Amino acid sequence: MKNEIILQALKISIGYSHKKEKTIIASNIDLSLRKGKLIALIGANGIGKSTLLKTITGIQKTITGTVLLNGTSIHNLDSLILAQNLSVVLTEKLPPSNLTVFELVALGRQPYTNWIGKLTDLDIAKVEEAMLLTQISHLATKKHFEISDGQLQKVLIARALAQDTPLIILDEPTTHLDLLHKVSLFKLLKKLTQETEKCILFSTHDIDMAIQLSDEMIIMTPETVIQDEPCNFISKGSFNTLFNDEHIIFDQEKGKFLIV
Amino acid sequence: MANKQRNILLFSLLGLGFIVLFFINISFGSINIPLKEVYKSLTGGQASKSTWEYIIINYRMPKAITAVLVGMGLSISGLLMQTLFRNPLAGPYVLGLSSGASLGVAIVILGAALMPPFLATFLVSSYGIVLASSLGSFAVLLAVLTVSHRLRDTMAILIVGLMFGSLTSSIVGTLTYFSTAEQLQKFTFWSLGNLGNLSWTAISILSSCVLIGLVLSLISVKPLNSLLLGENYAKSLGMNYKKARLIIIFATSILAGSITAFAGPVAFIGLAVPHIAKLVFQTSNHTILFWGTILFGALIMLICDSISQLPGSDITLPINAVTSIFGAPIVIWLLIRKRKMMN
Repeated sequence: MKNEIILQALKISIGYSHKKEKTIIASNIDLSLRKGKLIALIGANGIGKSTLLKTITGIQKTITGTVLLNGTSIHNLDSLILAQNLSVVLTEKLPPSNLTVFELVALGRQPYTNWIGKLTDLDIAKVEEAMLLTQISHLATKKHFEISDGQLQKVLIARALAQDTPLIILDEPTTHLDLLHKVSLFKLLKKLTQETEKCILFSTHDIDMAIQLSDEMIIMTPETVIQDEPCNFISKGSFNTLFNDEHIIFDQEKGKFLIV
Repeated sequence: MANKQRNILLFSLLGLGFIVLFFINISFGSINIPLKEVYKSLTGGQASKSTWEYIIINYRMPKAITAVLVGMGLSISGLLMQTLFRNPLAGPYVLGLSSGASLGVAIVILGAALMPPFLATFLVSSYGIVLASSLGSFAVLLAVLTVSHRLRDTMAILIVGLMFGSLTSSIVGTLTYFSTAEQLQKFTFWSLGNLGNLSWTAISILSSCVLIGLVLSLISVKPLNSLLLGENYAKSLGMNYKKARLIIIFATSILAGSITAFAGPVAFIGLAVPHIAKLVFQTSNHTILFWGTILFGALIMLICDSISQLPGSDITLPINAVTSIFGAPIVIWLLIRKRKMMN
């Protein structure tokens, strides 16, 4: 059961369609996200990582091809079923509100609550567990605009955890974090995939760390999008295709980028 | 939690305040009727003077009930819009819904002469005015929504609302040019805002519309809460965005439209009251905000109406003057105090 596929992208092309004009960013992408895997999505700035993530989470439509969640096309899926299977952490700013950290994390329970959104004891337990895992319990009563960007990042991750889905997709979750918190977040994601069989896909620019910790990686270059294990990418020399710059070279021995 | 106890206390105080103010509102006016007598005649007894009873049943009661309906409805429509547009400065008046409703009413009242007689009689009736005004606000709301989808900038949405406002008022201006003095007078009085002069039939139409709007808002509480995280997060939480948005828009237009039809465009209540509720209850949870906003809306409208009567004198101020004097400073104060929350 270890290799069970949760989400699958079949020959999809991604981009924007505005009226009849279509801008295709990348095409012919095949991906499969399996249970218990920590998967890192890497690529240069502006290559379309966010668009890819938005497309496979169903926020944006594919130009061609289909995205299957547990075998059903994501766009034919009932929104509630989708919400119980897939949670997201996005890069977009939150609109102004008075939400406290606890309330924000508790919104993750919405796919399970009744028509008015009343939290049961189970819901509250899940919320508290998510806050404990992300080490934000002490912030519970703070307003979400009173905490730092790094703390807010963790709160949003806690919200996704509270949603309790087999698949979590995060868009640049480590952006606002310092080295210490980056490492602890990566370790948390790793731990979650190992202990709870969740599949976690995240995009990041911390390639060194991603190579060390993730089970699989997806590399996005202007030409292709490929998914493989980090050690295979290293032996194939794929990391050198990442940035089209002669001054950045990937050192296969050390497993990191060097500037020459 | 301590919060829960605080909320219970606040709701009890608001409920009590509401009852007291309802009686005070009825007792004040050009003739002051003692509170005891108001209580007597409202609880089925006989007031000491039959004129008092007549005034209470035919003038004061309808007006107090109208004030409550207007306060509740406008405030809730403001709350819905603030969350839907992710904009703390949204409200039925600011975004031009009231002007849209005015346009509808203006076309009906001022343009009646140009229409076939059978249509004109229907349109000038209460039903016709409600319909025209709701359609007007619905149209403006749709227009603002379409534009806002392309702009995504909160300030720009306000400016667009303002533009729709001046667009509709210029059309109204053109219409007045071609209308008779009598029609013009009717429209001018309407546009100043007036809570009195509503027959019991009109009140029953208004209360049905407000009730529909409030029920629709209540079932939107959960989607509204998820909208606090923005559209994409809301969708990822299992919310049927299109359906929920349609219900919210419909609720907003029927509330703002029907109220504007009967009471005229009432300024600032829709914008200021939700903020007062948010500030007092210290939350963004719409389950609490819904009831808080309803109670504060009714309460504040009763206060404004009592003030507009200038107790003991024969003069009545236009309700708009009072709500603006009261509402505008609140908005400015909010902007300064809550700068961090705004951006």
